[in-house]
Amino acid sequence: MSEVRNREGAGERMLVAMSGGVDSSVAAACAREAGFEVVGVTMHLSGESSRCCSLEDVDDARRVAESLGIRFFVANYGEAFREAVIEPFAEAYLAGRTPIPCVACNTEFKFDRLLARAEVLGAKRVATGHYARVARDPESGRQRLLRARDSEKDQSYYLFQLDQAKLERAWFPLGGLTKPEVRERARALGLVTAEKPESFEICFVPDGDYAKVVEGLRPEARDRAGDIVDTKGDVLGRHAGIHRFTVGQRRGLGLSSAESLYVLSLDALRRRVVVGPESALGSREMRVEGVSWVSGETPSEPIRAAVKVRARHEAAVATLEPRAGGEVRVHFDAAVRAIAPGQAAVFYGGAEGDEVLGGGWIAGAAA
Amino acid sequence: MRIYLDHNATTPLRPEVRDAMLRVLDEIHGNPSSVHAEGAAAHALVEGARDRVAEAIGIRSWGPSERLVFTAGASEANNALLRGGPWARRGARIVATNVEHPSVQAPLEVLAAGGVRVERIGVDAEGMLPEGGLEEVLREPPDLVTLIWGNNETGTLLPLAGIAERIRDAGVWLHVDATQVLGKYPVDLRDVPVDSLSLSAHKLNGPKGVGALYLRDARRVAPWLLGGGQERGLRGGTENVPGIAGFGMACELVQKEGDARVSAYAALRDRLWHGIEARIEGVRRNGPADAVLCNTLNVEFEGVAGEVLLQALDLEGVAVSAGAACHSGKVSASHVLLAMGRSVHEAGSCLRFSVGYGVDATQIDRVLEWLDELVQRARGAVGA
Repeated sequence: MSEVRNREGAGERMLVAMSGGVDSSVAAACAREAGFEVVGVTMHLSGESSRCCSLEDVDDARRVAESLGIRFFVANYGEAFREAVIEPFAEAYLAGRTPIPCVACNTEFKFDRLLARAEVLGAKRVATGHYARVARDPESGRQRLLRARDSEKDQSYYLFQLDQAKLERAWFPLGGLTKPEVRERARALGLVTAEKPESFEICFVPDGDYAKVVEGLRPEARDRAGDIVDTKGDVLGRHAGIHRFTVGQRRGLGLSSAESLYVLSLDALRRRVVVGPESALGSREMRVEGVSWVSGETPSEPIRAAVKVRARHEAAVATLEPRAGGEVRVHFDAAVRAIAPGQAAVFYGGAEGDEVLGGGWIAGAAA
Repeated sequence: MRIYLDHNATTPLRPEVRDAMLRVLDEIHGNPSSVHAEGAAAHALVEGARDRVAEAIGIRSWGPSERLVFTAGASEANNALLRGGPWARRGARIVATNVEHPSVQAPLEVLAAGGVRVERIGVDAEGMLPEGGLEEVLREPPDLVTLIWGNNETGTLLPLAGIAERIRDAGVWLHVDATQVLGKYPVDLRDVPVDSLSLSAHKLNGPKGVGALYLRDARRVAPWLLGGGQERGLRGGTENVPGIAGFGMACELVQKEGDARVSAYAALRDRLWHGIEARIEGVRRNGPADAVLCNTLNVEFEGVAGEVLLQALDLEGVAVSAGAACHSGKVSASHVLLAMGRSVHEAGSCLRFSVGYGVDATQIDRVLEWLDELVQRARGAVGA
């Protein structure tokens, strides 16, 4: 017991979100090693067909919990997940946006809901297998959300909506580890998930066929064929529904043209897919809505930051101009390719450029 | 110290049962079918246990085709009976309640897919058969009526004595799932004329993996496990001798303690309910107050997810149950509560407490304290 007391956790109860993958398995192991009384929780988020919440993944998480000797529960959020994540996902595609459902899942489920559950279960904090770091700023006392040490695996982009209250209760034990180190730990512990392949897909979109998922949820999507037009409005061809397209897309247009054509924008009202040459894909200006700031404070004047416009994007330097109503105008130093409305824009700053300042939803872009 | 209030799921082994089983494991290794002394000893043990189980359900003498067949549990007993009789033919008609156990429910679905007409008597808000529901069904006599006597989730007890007589008078085979009843309510087949009855040892402080199917006329049911002719040819395979010995001892204890056990469980259950009512706002009891298993209490806690409350109680050392948990640990709304007219939301706010051997009043008081605090916490944590 005395040994436990000397460690960080000192027997404090902690919830660990376990997906059945290797990262969250190791996060649970880290929490146990740190001396916490660990309770593993797997969220069951949607129907049986969904990959991320399949029974196999639940079983894997349970087996890891058993081999670590920690308690384990399933949290059933299927109905809420459908309402808060899956339905808006389909709605966004019909409106000509390219949604990123993982942000809402991370904010509203892995944090809002699991933190609420932690409260009932007598746990103060929630640990996850995210590759991100949290550090307290010694001067302001505020929590800072930072990129992971493993820049390849960094997941801070998905967490931009976390506020001070949530960061106070979050723990990311993998933030200082690299993926190979995480796998090595899993192997050393003999965890069944040690060699489990990584998933890059949206968990409720099997085989990456998101159009099928959208059409399953909104059958009317199939009846929304329309024109493919160029920037002058000349009709070049037909399409089977704008939900099948995203800005920057080249394949699947079915056009025969001398030069490669890309989707430049989607016009939901007129059911039009606007295409043009790659050179027309660049934007210097971007409007971001629903912006939240990790510090809780909106900057009073324009600031310089590096902005990521999608998960796999090298952040581009820009000037951020905060406006009223949670809006930010982003002026990039150089044009950024294929900015898709509906994606998250995440602002990075700090001395090392590795601090998440905040972010919001891309509403539109202009050359 | 853990407090276990989930005795309807399974029960701890009584020390007397354990001793009886250990004796068999250590000393009786013969095959009951063998001719030699080792075999004879095992055979005597199995038959002695059969008598103990029979006595516990009020059988004192055997009719020519009357049998009590040891099975691997009540699920096997229900499956064998439902799928092995003339009522399993295409065109036959079976009547059941809409609150049967999955081991009845699932075979009925298979039978229905194979052309059997399966009709349901919908239960009322307390889980009881509605007035006149049975008469309506019997107007054109079905081939089989199957009823769950004591409901595992709500504890609702059907008034079986009267029901069984009416069904017998109509000339219809009555199968009764008595898994939850034995040990918690008198089972006496002299008063309750059923044609077949399912039992399970682990619900009455016996071992898991053993149960029985009672048959008033075994000629009506086809053998369901073909092999060496054990269990009078109905269920082949070498007998689970230690398990059967444990089952026999568990039944002997029921015979010995019967009424005292029932009143002790009822007192604990009532203490729990009265405490909940007195301390916690927005609670409602599911099932009737009187016609209910002595050990079972099903309560709706308004505005609380049963799943969350169950997990919180568990972490504080208290084991209860909510709805029906599948093997993944995912809890879904109880089909029994839905059948009683509860909404999915209401059914999802219910917990089942079932007391039993080893539970005492101090433990109940401890549970009340935790419940009070955890229900408050859960009501304060939106979206948990």
